[in-house]
Amino acid sequence: MSETMTGAEMVIRALQDQGVEHVFGYPGGAVLPIYDALFHQENVRHVLVRHEQGAVHAAEGYARSSGKPGVVLVTSGPGATNAITGLADAMMDSIPLVCITGQVPTHLIGSDAFQECDTVGITRHCTKHNYLVKSIEDLPRILHEAFYVAQNGRPGPVVVDLPKDIQFKAGTYVRPTNNQHKTYRPTVKGDMDHIRAAIELMANAKRPVFYTGGGVINSGPHASALLRELVQLTGFPITSTLMGLGAYPASDKQWLGMLGMHGTYEANLAMHECDVMINIGARFDDRITGRLDAFSPYSKRIHVDIDPSSINKTVKVDIPIVGDCAHVLDDLVRLWRQGARQADKVELKEWWNKIEGWRARNCLAYKNSKETIKPQYAIQRLYELTKDRAPYVTTEVGQHQMWAAQYFKFEDPNHWMTSGGHGTMGYGLPAAVGAQLAHPDALVIDIAGEASIQMMLQEMSTALQYNLPIKVFILNNEYMGMVRQWQELLHGGRYSQSYSESLPDFVKLAEAYGGVGIRCDNPAELDAKIMEMITVNRPVIFDCIVDKTENCFPMIPSGKAHNEMLLNDYLGETGADIGSVIDEKGKMLV
Amino acid sequence: MLQMKTHYPDAHRVEPVNRHTLAVVVDNEPGVLARIAGLFSGRGYNIESLTVTETEHEAHISRITIVTTGTDSIIQQIKSQLERLVPVHRVVDLTMTGEAVERELCLVKVVGKGDHRVEAMRLASAFGARTLDATLTSFVYELTGTTDEVERFIKLMTAVGLVEVSRTGVAAMARGAEGIL
Ligand SMILES: Cc1cc2nc3c(=O)[nH]c(=O)nc-3n(C[C@H](O)[C@H](O)[C@H](O)COP(=O)(O)OP(=O)(O)OC[C@H]3O[C@@H](n4cnc5c(N)ncnc54)[C@H](O)[C@@H]3O)c2cc1C
Ligand SMILES: Cc1ncc(C[n+]2csc(CCOP(=O)(O)OP(=O)(O)O)c2C)c(N)n1
Ligand SMILES: [Mg+2]
Repeated sequence: MSETMTGAEMVIRALQDQGVEHVFGYPGGAVLPIYDALFHQENVRHVLVRHEQGAVHAAEGYARSSGKPGVVLVTSGPGATNAITGLADAMMDSIPLVCITGQVPTHLIGSDAFQECDTVGITRHCTKHNYLVKSIEDLPRILHEAFYVAQNGRPGPVVVDLPKDIQFKAGTYVRPTNNQHKTYRPTVKGDMDHIRAAIELMANAKRPVFYTGGGVINSGPHASALLRELVQLTGFPITSTLMGLGAYPASDKQWLGMLGMHGTYEANLAMHECDVMINIGARFDDRITGRLDAFSPYSKRIHVDIDPSSINKTVKVDIPIVGDCAHVLDDLVRLWRQGARQADKVELKEWWNKIEGWRARNCLAYKNSKETIKPQYAIQRLYELTKDRAPYVTTEVGQHQMWAAQYFKFEDPNHWMTSGGHGTMGYGLPAAVGAQLAHPDALVIDIAGEASIQMMLQEMSTALQYNLPIKVFILNNEYMGMVRQWQELLHGGRYSQSYSESLPDFVKLAEAYGGVGIRCDNPAELDAKIMEMITVNRPVIFDCIVDKTENCFPMIPSGKAHNEMLLNDYLGETGADIGSVIDEKGKMLV
Repeated sequence: MLQMKTHYPDAHRVEPVNRHTLAVVVDNEPGVLARIAGLFSGRGYNIESLTVTETEHEAHISRITIVTTGTDSIIQQIKSQLERLVPVHRVVDLTMTGEAVERELCLVKVVGKGDHRVEAMRLASAFGARTLDATLTSFVYELTGTTDEVERFIKLMTAVGLVEVSRTGVAAMARGAEGIL
């Protein structure tokens, strides 16, 4: 069925046909026709943010928590450039987004017209793909293609730059079909020979470990279910990256916790000592590998990834399997069952004994206090008091993010949204707005730092406008804590510009926005105040005043190997002067 | 031998660097060349030569020939990164498919009188270059050959009054009956 309509109407119609319910956006001259088309219908709901970066992060939170693509609509020039940080964030973390940007009319492109910028040029490096629409005939195809490209293969953000004259032009709308790109067909089914070789390697493993990542989440809840099945069938230990938390339940005994720079002692040592590593949907990021030449020196490696460029990029693997996690896991589970395979029980038992020994170090232990709230304690209490409600948790970037990853336990995928690869301060609050829209009745918490929260604070106003009862839980340590920690490690404790000077009164600020402000600085009152926060059905800013000096451990200092981890002083075993552990070469790294 | 880049400042793996010629089949859509050139600059890969023209007008398909250098793992990354681009259909490493035929064309202008002029004519005929233009004081020659031949020709011509060079970059094709596409 084809119908005649304007370009602006086609945009809305395509969104409807793609099943889009929410668009995050901000109007301006170059998108006015689209805003007018929005006005005439009720199927697609527009969420007015307060900054275009907020629109993109909100769409990311929406996408990550729902498994659907997020949609953004912004104007040309400043609207588009404000969206860049969000697009780069989505690119790094493989989040499917479609971002429609207005553009000056085609005949003015290249003339430095008002609010003109080369949007496709600027976004080429921070999108999976982008389009400049040059004729109305191309528009329906490009819109559908954008959704297809954003979601298929390794997901990512796609920009459609739409000149204003084309929004006004009439043309023929065409509905979406199944295969929306003429050549782009990512491999989803893994090579069976490689999968069989992987089964062989796993069945003969003595010290195996699963290392899983964001790819399992991207692949959908079915992939997480299959992962659970495979892990339980094999009896192998499992760890995950920051991006993969929730794919495997943190309450299970085979779970070792997160790995990497701030991962657990047992997870990192298991990676260091393993003889078979099964990487499913993770990309050997430098937060994981640490010093490359000392990374997991004894292992044979299997790597399942939908993107061939992730394979052998930094770490060489023995069995690459290009494909979608759910498809490959399905084959692995089936073959493992069919052959009634099993790794050597005695060896596996011995491996587990070793792991239990590492676990007994209790690397996340910290010295609690009756006077000040320890940030770790605050997260632990937040977790304990909210876990029954299966909350959706977003974060900003810094120490609080790492403590959230360490002390908050996730049982299910899509409940944890954080900026991993780009590490964008300001991500958490708008992402919470997006997650709350996708799950109106759920408890949504942004675990924040007092510095990060000020980067996208204006989105409180969005939360109020749409009655989104998000909870912003600030671990207020009056420092850019993560920066302060690195200055302690690398720069002799010279805290250059990392003190959070002139902080606002967050309680009054919450009230100024029309929300609820709660402050707590007494460990004895923490539980009651957290309960107050989750009971009130309005947006809340919780100013949790925590210890200003606490650092985030364990930590693998930059340039070090997994077995050179720093533990909390409290565990009394580092014995090293924290200011002298990183050598000159390490200092150059980030 | 060049050292492999790792994110750790000490390079730990030392691998040989080789020259590879890649044939990249792409949709000839706006921005496709910028995407490919941007990928090379953004990720720090080398481009020694790059040529592009639409090869199938009906289907709007272009063939890009890229000569690049890198260790085996970097060449593999370059291929995977190229294949990841949505408008890229195929990437064929012609260096890996066996001795490919490679040619480039250059135009050379030499200006001079007397001995230099005579020597320029001798060299041109020794290389089998064609004379495209001649005046009493100048010649424009065309030479088609491998990059090495072209380099040698230009170097010799420099000694006898070369004033200008224009080169196409490499066009390449695998030997044998099999075709790409
Ligand atoms: C302050 C800070 C500290 C950090 N510390 C740590 C840390 O200690 N530990 C840690 O783990 N991270 C840490 N990170 C995050 C880190 O930077 C990376 O973002 C993260 O480790 C990458 O996770 P991943 O490997 O799962 O990859 P992702 O970025 O999630 O990539 C997913 C991979 O899976 C593939 N994929 C996607 N979809 C599919 C599919 N359907 N099927 C198959 N494959 C698919 C992709 O191609 C990609 O290779 C930190 C970040 C910050 C900001
Ligand atoms: C946009 C942006 N700018 C700068 C940084 C570098 N950075 C990383 S963590 C951090 C400090 C965060 O402070 P806060 O939000 O208070 O969190 P804390 O570490 O104290 O928990 C900074 C500045 C960043 N990640 N993002
Ligand atoms: Mg702080």
